[in-house]
Amino acid sequence: MSSKTDNPGGARGFDPGRRSFLGTAAAAAGVALAPGVFLYGVAASKPAIARELDVAASSAVRWGMLIDLNRCDSGCNECVSACAKENGLRGHGRPATDAQWIRKVDRHDPGTGLSQSLPMMCQHCAEPPCVDVCPTGASFKRADGIVLVDKHTCIGCRYCMLACPYKARSFIHEALEDQEPHAPRGKGTVESCTMCVHRIDDDRQPACVEACSDTGGGAMLFGDLNDPDSEISKRVAKYASQQIRADLGLDPGVRYRGL
Amino acid sequence: MARRRSIVAMVTLAAIVLLTVTGLAVVADAVEENSAARGVPLPVIPRGQGENCVEDTDFMRRNHMTVLKHQRDETLLKGIRSKQHSLKECVSCHAVMGPDAIPVTAASPKHFCRSCHDYAAVNIDCFQCHASRPPLEVVVAGAGRE
Repeated sequence: MSSKTDNPGGARGFDPGRRSFLGTAAAAAGVALAPGVFLYGVAASKPAIARELDVAASSAVRWGMLIDLNRCDSGCNECVSACAKENGLRGHGRPATDAQWIRKVDRHDPGTGLSQSLPMMCQHCAEPPCVDVCPTGASFKRADGIVLVDKHTCIGCRYCMLACPYKARSFIHEALEDQEPHAPRGKGTVESCTMCVHRIDDDRQPACVEACSDTGGGAMLFGDLNDPDSEISKRVAKYASQQIRADLGLDPGVRYRGL
Repeated sequence: MARRRSIVAMVTLAAIVLLTVTGLAVVADAVEENSAARGVPLPVIPRGQGENCVEDTDFMRRNHMTVLKHQRDETLLKGIRSKQHSLKECVSCHAVMGPDAIPVTAASPKHFCRSCHDYAAVNIDCFQCHASRPPLEVVVAGAGRE
């Protein structure tokens, strides 16, 4: 710690060439409002190198989200409806058992009178308890940190639903019809937020993030937590953010600001 | 004298054996013809779009299930989304139009996969979860191809 303070440039020192290159790149990608403050448009820009169709997801990437609660309105439901539309989630009018990948949670602090609203979905943990407990190996974490269910091997035991501290998973009780081609879902299996893995593989943003920036409050930011130059990494490094139930040591990929 | 009698007996026996065999063969033929007439009709397999399939037809007839299973694991577990052996592409290319000009689902016996699977009496589990027809926007885009 003390060595860092003594030598702020680090062992390698300062490389002016690299810094000026990054500065130019950032100026080309977004609009600088003030030094270090950028418009959200930068966040929406695509990663520099898109993955080819036949290349596997890499563990060099860790997808994550940063949700700014100061911008999340309690009355807004855009992320939830965008998710339902994107993934073909159609309820049976039975909220207790209908599939739910993302939900809005309102919290109120009686001490200060602060009311907040936040979207809650699969937190894509680095140490997912759902994967630990799955007896068939159906619940798994992809190399790039997205936690998924392999429904070909899921036997519908629902152990993962009990293990998840975020209540993120749903069980499909009834036979389904007309599923979306990119989101296969079926009776007798457990499912949850896939972080719109089909969109990510197509170099697009998750549906909830897109809806939030288009018609919502622009509270959600999606990106690669492993890339120090990504907007989400910069923001996480600059501003305090929290993981929900961080005490459990699961290291969720979804972080909240202003919680 | 005894020798001639035994020759006659042998000839008679041979004739009887010959007649019996022929008779049985005729009966067997009749049974076969009958079952072909009453049996399951051969499937009418709709043609896909384009010139040819992603693999030889003979290869696909025998191995499509292995190919699909391999691709499904590659896609789901690793995120490899090459289109060559993707179920989505099969379903799009082999879509069969219903009377309302909308592709039929696997609920219809006209569906490409079902036409053969019904004949072979093999259940398809894929479409309990997977979409058995292409999304409508793809249908509209591909409408001019025929």
